[in-house]
Amino acid sequence: MEKETRSSFHDQTRRDFVKKSSILAGAAMAAPYLSQAAQTNYFSGSAGVIKIALIGCGGRGTGAAVQALSTKQNVQLVAMADAFRDRLDGSYNEIVESMKKTPERVKVAEADKFVGFDGYKQAIAKADVVILTTPPGFRPIHFEEAIAQGKHVFMEKPVATDPAGIAKVLETAEKAKAKKLNVVVGLQRHYMTSYRELYKRLKDGMIGDITSIQVWWNQGALWVRERKPEYTEMEYQMRNWYYFNWLCGDHIVEQHIHNIDVGNWFMGKTPVNAVGMGGRAIRTGPEAGEIFDHHFVEYRYDNGVVMNAQCRHWKDSVSKVDEEIVGTKGRIFCDRGQIVDHKGKTLYQFDRKMHNRPYQAEHDELFEAIAAGQFKYQDAQRGAEATLSAIIGRMATYSGQLIEWDKALKSGINLQPAKYAFDAPPPVLPDASGHYAYAKPGITRYFS
Amino acid sequence: MKRTTALFLIGGICSAAVHAQTTPFEAYDQKIEGSDVTIRMVPVKAGEFLLGSPASEKGRGADEGPQKKVKVDAFWMGAYEVTFDQYDLYADKDKDKAPLPDGMTRPSPPYIDLTLGMGKSGGFPANSMSQYGALMYCRWLYNKTGVFFRLPTEAEWEYACRAGSKTAYPFGADASKLKEYAWTASNSEDKYHKVGELKPNAWGLYDMLGNVGEWTMDQYEPEAYKTVDAANPWLKPTDKTPRTVRGGNYMDAPAATRSAARLMSDIAWNDRDPQIPKSKWWNADAPFVGFRIVRPVQQPTKEEAEKFFADMIDQFVGAR
Repeated sequence: MEKETRSSFHDQTRRDFVKKSSILAGAAMAAPYLSQAAQTNYFSGSAGVIKIALIGCGGRGTGAAVQALSTKQNVQLVAMADAFRDRLDGSYNEIVESMKKTPERVKVAEADKFVGFDGYKQAIAKADVVILTTPPGFRPIHFEEAIAQGKHVFMEKPVATDPAGIAKVLETAEKAKAKKLNVVVGLQRHYMTSYRELYKRLKDGMIGDITSIQVWWNQGALWVRERKPEYTEMEYQMRNWYYFNWLCGDHIVEQHIHNIDVGNWFMGKTPVNAVGMGGRAIRTGPEAGEIFDHHFVEYRYDNGVVMNAQCRHWKDSVSKVDEEIVGTKGRIFCDRGQIVDHKGKTLYQFDRKMHNRPYQAEHDELFEAIAAGQFKYQDAQRGAEATLSAIIGRMATYSGQLIEWDKALKSGINLQPAKYAFDAPPPVLPDASGHYAYAKPGITRYFS
Repeated sequence: MKRTTALFLIGGICSAAVHAQTTPFEAYDQKIEGSDVTIRMVPVKAGEFLLGSPASEKGRGADEGPQKKVKVDAFWMGAYEVTFDQYDLYADKDKDKAPLPDGMTRPSPPYIDLTLGMGKSGGFPANSMSQYGALMYCRWLYNKTGVFFRLPTEAEWEYACRAGSKTAYPFGADASKLKEYAWTASNSEDKYHKVGELKPNAWGLYDMLGNVGEWTMDQYEPEAYKTVDAANPWLKPTDKTPRTVRGGNYMDAPAATRSAARLMSDIAWNDRDPQIPKSKWWNADAPFVGFRIVRPVQQPTKEEAEKFFADMIDQFVGAR
């Protein structure tokens, strides 16, 4: 089953998402060629070892590292980097514990543990494949460095928090293609058997032409990290990163990107504009930084199709994390893997018992390609497009204005601090009561 | 595997236990300080029954035999599966109006809401928690009320579910009647429902079958009944996984929703938790699991209760 879906997947997604690229899927798939990396002999079972560096040692980074180390290839974790020593140490211990059956796969010398804002450069230099899992604000510079150093990349979504970051990622994506470096982005629904099966049937015409899309990430509250007296403002924001836009991008970008990305995937294109509303209804304290607790965005594609996207962090309200694709002949309910016609008759039901481990599949497929010397994955552009879709949603809810894709992309809007250092000021600062300024629709403006 | 019959039962009596043991053996509503939420508890008298199913039972699993006659001591059991209204007094600090002075670790919020839109407040069963999360709730409830609660053993669960019956279902052998008593694949519309909407069994217990599967306190072992004790059998855990879940759930066919059907927990129930360490509290891929509580009539001393929680919880942090 896995094999079958795999081949169809490549055929489909490359065509739809890399349409601007000259290296098209058909050619690449039909005649895989050896990349430069392959010439350095990363073959499973041989003496060649695929060396991995982990940049960003939080819970997700630790999980991604273990998944990479659990693939069939001859892999080794050789370097780690994080802004904080305690995070790095905690992650290292968890990885050692998780890999105790194959301890030879964890070979991180003390000298290859890099702490602080700049350690990523040295960690990347040690590896063949780099895992980028810091808060997303850092992704553009880390991705740029990894590709500049000629490394394959697994990076988590979102891939940036602002349009300037997106521009950098798109530029770097072109360089990655030119260097034939595989890039997988953790939009894991693309690596999930159920979604691949649904997409295949969409392409076969089971629901006809798409007429509208609804997507949701509605859930309760999330974690908060408390301020400690010894923290500088920069350290506090780095630790409580979810609530600051330069680091996180707001929850519409950090989480809802998954659902927005599915809309784009199934549409085969990105929206041309966004308009919406949002605010802080429930979560209003200083610990909530500057992000909203709800957004509702209407995205419009160039053929007039609308995607309604809603996300919120409200506990005790109805939760839903899903996508529904409506077509002329039927509709797709993604989370339950079901396709029905307009009379409610089930046309297809994904078998839940089927293998469906997307987080592992991302790494299995990436490392298999690398070991075989194949250049198969170029997710960076898709990741950037999904991220920018979410960012224009945020810009729309923050400003109360219609935000156009092209204008946003070209705007160069940059949320990053002038300097990354613990004693440097972050781009937003609290007032005397500890609260942070947040956007006010109608007042907040991006364009004159 | 190590077995014990001593479910911490014999010993001295502390003040909480004195209070606990003076409760008449009848149905009552357990109050929880600082809330108007109560937990309906119904008495289950001591007795004897045949654990497991006969080889002739339709849909039977190989792990349901050989049948064994076992004795079970008296206890109260929750008339309903524990609901989110009840669980969130523990899980959500904003809802606990009389927090314990020494505090107690509360579950971290999951990355996604694991009710998956099936419903939360107003009587929906708490779901997706690890067995650790279910037992931690019992510990919190003990600290809160002074009354010792825990999960049922498999034998207690099956005894209570059967309510004197010997057939595949508490109401007989006719699977077509199951929809009157249980939310399963045939009537659930693929989601769990508020507790207590269907008929109870003969002892006043609702949703024992179907709705959400229920954690028991036993390590899962397919051949457990070959060697299990004849009095208060309990396969005491020696590992975090697998543990036994009973009762079937809203996605199950009738065969998996019989009194004797057993389900083994699986670490794959948390596959889609992308972080490491994985959540101790939640299972990202087991929305069909919940629990109900029991209160043994013979209450342990404070020391015994604390030892029980230490042995069952602290030694197996994150058990699922």
